[in-house]
Amino acid sequence: MSENSDSLNLTSIRTKLDKAKGAGYWRSLDELASVEGFKEFLHREFPRQASEWIDDEGRRNFLKIMGASLALAGLSACTRQPTEFIMPYVEAPEQAIPGKPLFYATAFPVSGIASPVLVEAHEFRPTKVEGNPEHPASMGATDVQAQASILGLYDPDRLQTVNYIGEVRSYPSFLSSFVNILARQQGNQGSGIRILTETVTSPTLYGQMQDVLKLYPDAKWYQWEPTGHGRRMGSQIAFGKYLNPIYKFDQADVVLSIDGNFLGNGPGGVRYARDFVSKRIMRDGATTQSRFYAVETTPTSTGCKADHRQAIKPSEVSGFLQGLTASLNNSAASGPLANSKFYSALVKDLQAAKGRSIVIAGEDQSPEVHARVHFINEMLGNNGHTVVFTQSLEAKPVDQWADLQALVTDLHSGQVELLVIMGGNPVYSAPPELNLRGAIQMAKTRVRLGEHDDETSEICQWNIPMAHAYEAWSDAPAYDGTVSIIQPLIAPLYGGKSAHELLSAFTETPEKSSYLSVRDYWTAKHTGADFETWWKHSVHDGFVRDSAPPAVSASASLAIPRTAIGPAAGSGYDISFHSDPYVLDGRYANNAWLQELPRPITRLTWDNAVLVSRKTAAELKVEDEDRVAIDSNGHTVWGAITVLPGQPDGSIALSLGYGRTRSGRAGNGAGFDVYPLRSASNPYYARGASVRKLGEKFKLAPVQHHFAMEGREPVHAGTIDEFKQDPYFSEKKSELPPKGLTIFPDTWKYEGYAWGMAIDLTACVGCSACVVACQAENNIAVVGKEQVLNTREMHWIRIDRYYKGEPDEPDMYFQPVACVQCEQAPCEVVCPVAATETDAEGLNNMVYNRCVGTRYCSNNCPYKVRRFNFLLFSDWETESTKLQKNPDVTVRSRGVMEKCSYCVQRINYAKITAEKEDRKVRDGEIVPACAAACPSQAIMFGDLNDPKSRVTQWKRHSLNYSLLAELNTRPRTTYLTEIRNPNPEVGKSEKDS
Amino acid sequence: MAQPVELPSKIEVGPVIDEGHSLASVSDKIAGIVIKRKITIGWVFGFLIAFGFLQLLMAGATWLFVKGVGVWGINIPVGWGFAIVNFVWWIGIGHAGTLISAILLLLNQSWRNAINRFAEAMTIFAVMCAGMFPVLHTGRPWLAYWLLPYPNTMWLWPQFRSPLVWDVFAVSTYLTISAVFWYVGLIPDFATLRDSSKQLWKARIYGMLAMGWRSSARHWQRYEKAALLLAGLSTPLVVSVHTVVSFDFAVAQLPGWHTTIFPPYFVAGAIYSGFAMVLTLMIPVRTFYGLEDIITIRHLNNMAKVTLATGMIVGYGYMFEAFFGYYSADIYEKFMIWNRMTGPYAPFYYCLIFCNVITPQFLWIKKLRTTPLILWCISIVVNIGMWLERFVIVITSLHRDFLPSSWGMYWPTRWDWAVYLGTLGLFMTCIFLFVRVLPMITIFELRMLLPGARVKEPVAQ
Repeated sequence: MSENSDSLNLTSIRTKLDKAKGAGYWRSLDELASVEGFKEFLHREFPRQASEWIDDEGRRNFLKIMGASLALAGLSACTRQPTEFIMPYVEAPEQAIPGKPLFYATAFPVSGIASPVLVEAHEFRPTKVEGNPEHPASMGATDVQAQASILGLYDPDRLQTVNYIGEVRSYPSFLSSFVNILARQQGNQGSGIRILTETVTSPTLYGQMQDVLKLYPDAKWYQWEPTGHGRRMGSQIAFGKYLNPIYKFDQADVVLSIDGNFLGNGPGGVRYARDFVSKRIMRDGATTQSRFYAVETTPTSTGCKADHRQAIKPSEVSGFLQGLTASLNNSAASGPLANSKFYSALVKDLQAAKGRSIVIAGEDQSPEVHARVHFINEMLGNNGHTVVFTQSLEAKPVDQWADLQALVTDLHSGQVELLVIMGGNPVYSAPPELNLRGAIQMAKTRVRLGEHDDETSEICQWNIPMAHAYEAWSDAPAYDGTVSIIQPLIAPLYGGKSAHELLSAFTETPEKSSYLSVRDYWTAKHTGADFETWWKHSVHDGFVRDSAPPAVSASASLAIPRTAIGPAAGSGYDISFHSDPYVLDGRYANNAWLQELPRPITRLTWDNAVLVSRKTAAELKVEDEDRVAIDSNGHTVWGAITVLPGQPDGSIALSLGYGRTRSGRAGNGAGFDVYPLRSASNPYYARGASVRKLGEKFKLAPVQHHFAMEGREPVHAGTIDEFKQDPYFSEKKSELPPKGLTIFPDTWKYEGYAWGMAIDLTACVGCSACVVACQAENNIAVVGKEQVLNTREMHWIRIDRYYKGEPDEPDMYFQPVACVQCEQAPCEVVCPVAATETDAEGLNNMVYNRCVGTRYCSNNCPYKVRRFNFLLFSDWETESTKLQKNPDVTVRSRGVMEKCSYCVQRINYAKITAEKEDRKVRDGEIVPACAAACPSQAIMFGDLNDPKSRVTQWKRHSLNYSLLAELNTRPRTTYLTEIRNPNPEVGKSEKDS
Repeated sequence: MAQPVELPSKIEVGPVIDEGHSLASVSDKIAGIVIKRKITIGWVFGFLIAFGFLQLLMAGATWLFVKGVGVWGINIPVGWGFAIVNFVWWIGIGHAGTLISAILLLLNQSWRNAINRFAEAMTIFAVMCAGMFPVLHTGRPWLAYWLLPYPNTMWLWPQFRSPLVWDVFAVSTYLTISAVFWYVGLIPDFATLRDSSKQLWKARIYGMLAMGWRSSARHWQRYEKAALLLAGLSTPLVVSVHTVVSFDFAVAQLPGWHTTIFPPYFVAGAIYSGFAMVLTLMIPVRTFYGLEDIITIRHLNNMAKVTLATGMIVGYGYMFEAFFGYYSADIYEKFMIWNRMTGPYAPFYYCLIFCNVITPQFLWIKKLRTTPLILWCISIVVNIGMWLERFVIVITSLHRDFLPSSWGMYWPTRWDWAVYLGTLGLFMTCIFLFVRVLPMITIFELRMLLPGARVKEPVAQ
């Protein structure tokens, strides 16, 4: 028997149970459950009573206890739950039909901005996220974070219990001690209370916050997030008020992006990608294209799509914009880049497109840059046309850096009795000079609502697990202000609480549910007659109709200092800080899908890197994977070099969000933390950093090692002028085999359906949403860094990135490649067991059950799209992630080949539906996961035998070409040549390579 | 059978069997190694080393079955690594035996009589080693039997267009025929051993294996017929097995694999490596067991000549591989050959050229051909070279194919090495056991080489 738990052996439990009688029996069991360590007792893999199995008496006792614990688990189901109605999207669930998924509209907020989504639920477990086609911010597509959110829900490393200094407690016990703490504050108007949140946009939460502040007038609420500051404060500087810019890329003929990664990323990225691409694609007979200039401090996926891209040091951005302002005023050009052809062409184009152009600044740029950009848009007459403004989406926009500073000051003054931190992870992400870790510890009671037991939780006494967006009611605006009601898909897996519930704890109704909070808010807000109907519709649709705030007119004044704000120049290098495109500021660091998703430009997984240009690398005498130490802001961090063409000389790009120490099994130890280099005064970039080579190597895991096309042109690209001269110019690049040439006779004619896909390379923005969507839909395993290092990643669709042209300033191209479903498939003939076979509709089917794993098919696949389970890659252990698995797709085991199936489960679902209704499958009825997620609609799928189907139209276009057509594999997936619109005056044409 | 051997009156490099041997002395000498000779320290030492390496195979295969083929260095794009390299290498080594026993028999090359038993044994052991790899390298080895066309409730057959299925037939046929041929040839010698065994248990075992052989004229007549038939059956196999193995590559459309020259070039390479391996093994064995008078310099010389000839064919193959790459005007082919010569695996390519093209040129010199030590060194280099050849073909073709985005690298892991060295251990263990329990030279065939065996009689038929 164990040393320290005599109270917990079977005998004592039995005695306790024996004493209880009748109804009390259950109560005492209940009490028993709260005894310290009882949970552990029940959950131990090998209970210490295992020995009891040997003797009869003991075994009976053991079974009794186990039976009791099961009954105990059932107890919670006996209590009456409050009725909360949620609305399925398409079919009314009179009864859920097993095997048939239901879709619920909800939203996934990132930094307060909602991604409107439909969540697919199989037997009430959410498995997949799709965009909400009716919502203007989504139009059916999603971004990477929304796709990966489903894994975040099932993250096994989420905080699973309420705890107090490491001891497991219940939420009621938290509430009871919280009441005591609050009671002490009631006397002094709550002057000892501080609440720190992330940016709050939820109207309900704001309403609740105001209620709390009414109860405790001297309490203070602070907001802070490490990123997104420039955008907020930029409008404040330019317009004197907080405004939310909305861009109309579908009306812009000229776009200039200053570090803006607006295609598929960030607020509105999904909609922007669609709008932007609508002015670029040629497939619907267009003869013109918008022109896109990018000025970037580090290459982004958006910048890759630019007709002209110019690298610039972060410290020069302000000067560049000042010069541009002057030039647009027809003053003499000055400032960085002013003497380049790029610059003069840009100025000319912008001046020619007044009111039809957009200048946009990146999320990581400073307020000053944002303000200058607002001003330039004003000069160009864009404001009110291509750029419209609404009031800020934030409930209470503030200067968050001032808020954080104020909090630290408050903490140091020692007057903070109760600090409540809701969400965020400030201890990890705050600048080191604030010493937030030390400051927070000065608060007497520290309560943290967080999804993980992270760096901030570590120093808080009370840790409350935070409910995931799909576990609790809430509301949040999309990029245009349209408010979504967030409905839960599943009861909190780990007893998580929402921010609404925690704020309720401050009030007289401490146990008020999120549902009631949200509903009450909207009941009060609703003006129309029938609230119930309106509510049902809003929840069902996933958004409140006509809730977008009206546009406000604003005029920018250039009350900005004439000179650049920012640190003085010194010798050394510039550092530009960027949110990671996937894990952002580090909040999704424990999402393995996002960790293993190759960054669009560097193609890196599992790490961030020190990005330098070739010239800078030569100066530093470093090459890829060299470890270096970077000194700046009085701190030193260590990272590994990646030499990246397109990076400005003399500047280093670092991405935030890595080097987490307490994020969980996926995020811990991935990459290095660059927050220490970020100063509170200028968190956007740094100057005068020094870089030292350490003489060691650090293995980085990119999924692509060769970026040159080696004269092969897998990506066909050309200019719009080439296209106008000869619409078939692209076809001439391929050496086509004679039609009908084959060694095996074409006996099968594909007279039923003939599935096919076309991918428009002009439209693909490289955002990688398709990759995660595919991973979620098809139960694709995560393999980890070690396996990626050995090029064993499992993604069925990958986005190849190629360079073309000058090595320092190359043109960059994206190409999504999944199995192209060859009609004459090289993989098929070599498989000894017929485990991969083309079916009657032209799908190259992979029969997992039959595969013995010779890998011959992969060797013979010229596209190298096949993926092999070299080890047991699928996770068969983690209980929570099992719930995420799509029941329509096999979870593959070790030793089996796999690859893209065109989402055959969706094809069959549609075929069965059509057959039941005695009709053919309609065009657009089948949308593979990748195509569904794609913000820019670059992927089209359908029946090639249907002359009216959209995919047939795409394939008829003169720009259509097959990848490796010369091999005569007759792929069903074809590509549309990428067309760009370079300014002939710049003189850099697509042809030089 | 064939015409009685006419020993040439002028022998170039010494006789096939030294003077002074009689029918009895030959039997005694060869059977004596098995029957009378004590187990020596040297043998035990060698055996233990070989047996130790065999344990690597045990460990390697066990870990492989527990974890999966991912314990090896293979990946996407390089789906085949050491396993296939070793498979082809071992199969190639296994070619010498059949060539010597079958083709040389049909060609009346009676000098082969002294080496064919050993070469055949080596063949079988090599094919055993080779045969393991296709099973080991599958992702789900417990289902590898699906490659066999067996009747089943699912009505599923193997996919007969796949060269891997052809492989199954080719290799299993080859192993069967070689084993039968070998056993049939052993029967008269088993009888000899039975008759000269001093211990009853030995006599019983050999007696059973001899299957009642009494050396009657009828037995001999049947034996001769069987041997001839089996030789006839094996002859096409010498060509077919490695041709089929080369199809594994040639049928694929990968640059560097998709090559029409592969079948002859693989067969030549196989014979080349087979003879090299025979030399590698025989030179020490004839020294340790004092068989210089039976496996004479003449044998070594002849084998060296075959090695040289096939080595030249292989060199020709390399030359034309490069030429075709250049002449095809196909960017993928051109790149493939350029990548072999200048890419990350270029050192392997140049090593291969050195081992397989340059080194055999020394065999033009008679002095080197007849110096066992030098010949032995050359044979080792050739073995390494042929292993490298397979490595270069498999790896360098796979690692950079059509789309530059999916290019990768392959490096073997310790488990790759464990399995490879393990099969070497298995092979050597078998060889050590073989020389102790079976007559390593065909006694009765050797006797025919003696002058006393030259009985003039009308040609049978």
